[in-house]
Amino acid sequence: MAQQNFRTCPTTGLKVHLPAEGLIKANAVVAVVAILIGGIAALAVLLTRVPAVHILPADWFYRLLTAHALDMLVVWIIFFEVAGLYFGGAVLLNSRLAAPKVAWFAFLLMVVGAVIVNAIVLMGGADVTFTSYPPLKAHPAYYLGIILFAVGTLTAVGLFFGTLAIAKKEKTYDGSLPMVTFGLMSAAIIAVLTLAHGAAIYIPTFLWSIGVLPSIDPSMYRIIWWGFGHPSQQINVCAMVSVWYLLATLTTGAKPLNEKLCRTAFLLYVLFINVASEHHLLVDPVLSTAHKIVNTSYVMHLAVLASMIHAFAVPAMTEVALRNKGYTKGLFEWLKKAPWGEPGFSAMMLSLFIFGFVGGITGVTFGTEQISIIRHNTWAITGHFHGTVVGGTTLAFMGLTYYVVPLIFRREIISKKAAQIQPYLFGIGVFIMANAMMFAGSYGIPRRHWDITFAGAAFPYSFDPTAMLFMTLAGLGGLLAITGGAIYVLNTVGSVFFGKKIS
Amino acid sequence: MSISVPEKGWYSKPLDKEEKVWVAIAVAWCLLTFFLMPVWHVVGKQNPSSESYKVDPVKFNELAAAFAEKYKVGEENGIPVVRPPAGSDVFVVAGSYQWRPILELEKGKEYRIHLSSTDFQHGFSVVSPKFVMNYMALPGYDYVLKVTPTEAGTYSIICNEFCGMGHHIMIGKLIVK
Repeated sequence: MAQQNFRTCPTTGLKVHLPAEGLIKANAVVAVVAILIGGIAALAVLLTRVPAVHILPADWFYRLLTAHALDMLVVWIIFFEVAGLYFGGAVLLNSRLAAPKVAWFAFLLMVVGAVIVNAIVLMGGADVTFTSYPPLKAHPAYYLGIILFAVGTLTAVGLFFGTLAIAKKEKTYDGSLPMVTFGLMSAAIIAVLTLAHGAAIYIPTFLWSIGVLPSIDPSMYRIIWWGFGHPSQQINVCAMVSVWYLLATLTTGAKPLNEKLCRTAFLLYVLFINVASEHHLLVDPVLSTAHKIVNTSYVMHLAVLASMIHAFAVPAMTEVALRNKGYTKGLFEWLKKAPWGEPGFSAMMLSLFIFGFVGGITGVTFGTEQISIIRHNTWAITGHFHGTVVGGTTLAFMGLTYYVVPLIFRREIISKKAAQIQPYLFGIGVFIMANAMMFAGSYGIPRRHWDITFAGAAFPYSFDPTAMLFMTLAGLGGLLAITGGAIYVLNTVGSVFFGKKIS
Repeated sequence: MSISVPEKGWYSKPLDKEEKVWVAIAVAWCLLTFFLMPVWHVVGKQNPSSESYKVDPVKFNELAAAFAEKYKVGEENGIPVVRPPAGSDVFVVAGSYQWRPILELEKGKEYRIHLSSTDFQHGFSVVSPKFVMNYMALPGYDYVLKVTPTEAGTYSIICNEFCGMGHHIMIGKLIVK
């Protein structure tokens, strides 16, 4: 291996493979572009859902809602995760990245896929929302774009495994994988299973859209699509938990108290989290009660157990690290003296809190048979997953960005002050919004709905005024979160291009 | 450190007391909720139905139309109002951004609602200030919901699964007397 292909990081002492670094940068940049586009769509969608504002016409509402979901849930998060996989695989193991040229090809496939999907959605060729339930049909290019993106992702995941194999063979590290890499490996295994479901459903749907297959069974589609749709969020959970461990170490020097316990928890995710995706189908025809209960209760709780373990292990290792720094007075001095002004730390703690208390608990609750009857497809579901994937995953990734910029881009953050308040703005905004969505949903406010006043409908219906109040509150929380998001994008882009160079 | 190789012997390091207590609490909690789900299915009074049949959407629509014609007692905005015999099999069909027909049910009697769609996937969402109830209506499947209305009143049926550009005006009615 040519030694000039590496540099040594002055802060961490890690050997950084330069081609890997280039790929991490490229993937991270596209991720931030995606969150910018998704964020603009979020603003428009949010302001349409607040009944008093209602800015978009119906067609553009559904269109931008589709774009918002795709750009946030898929493009932003997966590009960031691919950057994370290259970091956890190559950089943390002091190794070279497997086949950087193939990695660039994967990057290209993902970019082309994302551009096609965005273009076709904005041109009005895919007014099908994120789930694209048949018989609703999008333009074939829409499904093709998603397939290209998925092939690129799968290639990147494969290269991550390749990198692990290279690092092991070339003995770039001695012993077991670091915790963060282990967690990312779990995410990558879940990703392979998830993408297999994606292929199993998007390929036939594409063939149906070009007329090769006569029809797609709606129920079959739902079962397999959710084998892709929900596990893809489990990749995010796994990646987010890995980022918690990473941020706890970067901000306080914490080290996992019991490696075996934490690793067992990741193993539980790999084994059980993928199966428990049928809570989306609890009020569907076709599946039997036994099937639904085994899937959503028995199997799911083993994955919940894993989250409970991480929810203990991450704060516990942080506490021990801070106590070792001398904050030992009473029960909570460590918490009071914790580095709350450090954006990586505040983002990690807020992410942990919001993911657990807002996203996690509601997920487990809504995923039961009887509660599904009263919550299915209401705005409460939207509230739940904004708790997990926005307040949890996105916030954790934002926190990590404040380290990626100096360590990988080797630029200083241009506004440390803005970086300090950003996680709070974003976290508190999402917290308010997600909770308000759930309260509104408890009155039956539907998700993905342009006009809950039913103007021009055959029959009138007025929701309880309290529900409308919660919708307005969700709007305010959302605006706060979007402000936090905008500061994140501006600060990150500004730092990458204009930040002071670190030599 | 999470970013470096763990110390040798990590695999055989025993759990500390706090870790053991927490894992025990978590396992106990998970077991509790794990058992509650089937227990609640048996003890509780409301469960999602699991009775469904594969049907031809055209034939299902014909059956439903014949049913509506037979028991029709009026019409509102072009949608038939239907009063079926107490405790019988009744139909609700989603399609063209409508829920057809408007059922007039009798309080305290159990009905078997046959729910399906003629075009896209729809979300059968019964809303009222008092309660909300949601089921999926899929084309090609007859979902049988056993329902006993307990309170008189007029309930609205909205659609909460995106079904196209008329999704937000899709609203129907259910009357309990």
